[in-house]
Amino acid sequence: MRRMIFKSLVHGPLTETAPAADDAALAELAAQVNVVARRRLGRTLSIREVDAGSCNGCELEIHALNNVLYDLERFGLRFVASPRHADVLLVTGPVTLNMREALERTYQATPQPKWVVAVGDCARDGGVFAGSYACVGGVGAVLPVDLHISGCPPAPLALLKGLLALLDSAERGSSAAI
Amino acid sequence: MKTLRDILEEGQVMAQHRPWPRAVVGEDSWQQAIRLLQEEQCTLLGLWGENEVVHLALIDAQGKEPAILSFECEDGSFPSIGRAHAPAIRLERALRDLSGLDPEGLTDARAWLDHGKWPVDHPLGQARPAEAKRKPKPYAFLPAEGESLHEIPVGPVHAGIIEPGHFRFSASGETIVRLEERLGYVHKGIESLLARQTIERAALLAGRVSGDSTVAYALAFARAIEAAYGAEVPVRALWLRALMGELERLANHFGDIGAICNDAAFAMLHAHCGLLREQVLRTADSCFGHRLMMDRVVPGGVRADLPREGARMIGGLLAQVRDSFPELMEMYDNTASLKDRTVGTGLLSAKLARQFGAGGCVGRASGRAFDARRTPGYPPYDQLEFEVPVLEAGDVNARIWIRKREIEQSLVMIEQILRELPSGPVCAALSMQPGAGEGVALVEGFRGDILAWVSTAADGRIARCHLRDPSWFQWPLLEAAIEGNIVADFPLCNKSFNCSYSGHDL
Ligand code: SF4
Repeated sequence: MRRMIFKSLVHGPLTETAPAADDAALAELAAQVNVVARRRLGRTLSIREVDAGSCNGCELEIHALNNVLYDLERFGLRFVASPRHADVLLVTGPVTLNMREALERTYQATPQPKWVVAVGDCARDGGVFAGSYACVGGVGAVLPVDLHISGCPPAPLALLKGLLALLDSAERGSSAAI
Repeated sequence: MKTLRDILEEGQVMAQHRPWPRAVVGEDSWQQAIRLLQEEQCTLLGLWGENEVVHLALIDAQGKEPAILSFECEDGSFPSIGRAHAPAIRLERALRDLSGLDPEGLTDARAWLDHGKWPVDHPLGQARPAEAKRKPKPYAFLPAEGESLHEIPVGPVHAGIIEPGHFRFSASGETIVRLEERLGYVHKGIESLLARQTIERAALLAGRVSGDSTVAYALAFARAIEAAYGAEVPVRALWLRALMGELERLANHFGDIGAICNDAAFAMLHAHCGLLREQVLRTADSCFGHRLMMDRVVPGGVRADLPREGARMIGGLLAQVRDSFPELMEMYDNTASLKDRTVGTGLLSAKLARQFGAGGCVGRASGRAFDARRTPGYPPYDQLEFEVPVLEAGDVNARIWIRKREIEQSLVMIEQILRELPSGPVCAALSMQPGAGEGVALVEGFRGDILAWVSTAADGRIARCHLRDPSWFQWPLLEAAIEGNIVADFPLCNKSFNCSYSGHDL
């Protein structure tokens, strides 16, 4: 183990440089995010992930954000265990009827101000599962969605760009108000 | 006692079904089949309904001769298998919810996938609108009785980035006395969506039953369709499918080993394994154009050929894995505080693994050697050299170790594939042979064997498609393995099983 720790020390970090925030996401957010709400958050956002019926593909890529190459926490973005600690709900899946209530209750348990980010094509409109008796078909039908990140599943870089846009708009909100 | 072959001979064999035999049988033979399962002469592979018929897929104890028995329910019911053979219980509860056919004699009357929220009852059978004023009944968990027991409800929304499901623990202090799972939260109605679908659209759905096994599912579906159509697949495509399948196995096993260690608070291995996983996904992306290789395997072949630099890129990946992975496993093996958490934790007996026909690492860490790549087998695995690692210990440590040895086998297979990859086309047009119509396939995903069954309509569309995840036979075993462990070890055990919620709930 000592050898590995030493190797990591001399090698330096593997983490890659950050991408720019996604322009389209910035535009979508600019229209939606409340300026006053932004002020309170500063440069850090806590994220609670909710799987509302995904195929688990989206979860795999959200997980990847925590690996050493993307290292989400360096941006002040981190995943938390409880919705009560969260600013952002990251929701995946076409919202199954069996998960709808749990999703709504998670939203209610999240303190204001809060954002909802719908991740993946099925969170947008049900994707390939649209039209099923068991799915609502999109997060927007259940919760107010602030940002959509498309893809099936969205690659970690796409997720990162979307989340950075969210952070940017939160920050600009606070400086604009100063 | 009759053998599976005797039962088939007595039944009415359906000629349009391939490649395994399917026979319609009467009540006597059905009861004989239940006895075969009970006495472990056969292993249950699947149980599902199609209109008024129940299909039972099973395989002999040697794992060589799979078959399907069909029972025609004249009065909307069939003799329950779960009554005598526990692995069938949840399958029957799901079948009752979806098809409305009644497993006669099954003592558990609770619904399984239907939480009382859908607008229809029996969506796969005689669908009828759900009663408007019906209030979902609270789910009756099985009671645990004793002094100073307490209950811990967990989920469906969990603390980590994982899928939803509910776990009800009854604990005595720290020790778990009983765990009962409640699943179905991510039921998307996939099998209803599949019905009347074109092959192309159905393939998209099949690849999204469980995203982590998208290659294996797409392959299972494709093989079932090819069997139903009587279609030939170019050899190069067969080899490329195996290449993708093994890359998928590598990515998942790296992820799992890291995540199990992380649940024992050993972050360093998690970081290193996460890096290896990411590198596999990036290589897959550069070679096949999608990190998870979704929609790359299609009926008839594959949709993406390996690019010219592909072999070099994968070669580079293998070199990197060979360079760092042994060292990581050495670190695992030499870290006493970590092994203290994994050795002897979450014991699964060989008897239960055998009875439930547990596939994948879960079965192989508890002495069950079954691997669908070997038996019944499918190309090109008959030409690839590999071993199926088996251990007897049945604890978390053994499940980690099986993953490690499977990674080594996959590396060897990928090397052989790169060396011997045949040339030629990678996809053939599908056209239906006369007299064809039903197909079945068993494919080994990273989690275990996936069963796919299709029947096609005259216009070539899907009439009914059933996809059975390996998790069906692993979830119940987690309940058994956790008994007597402390609550804090549950995440560790759960991760070492790594069952799919989405694959199970469909
Ligand atoms: S968007 Fe795609 S990957 Fe994500 S949950 Fe839906 S089907 Fe799965």
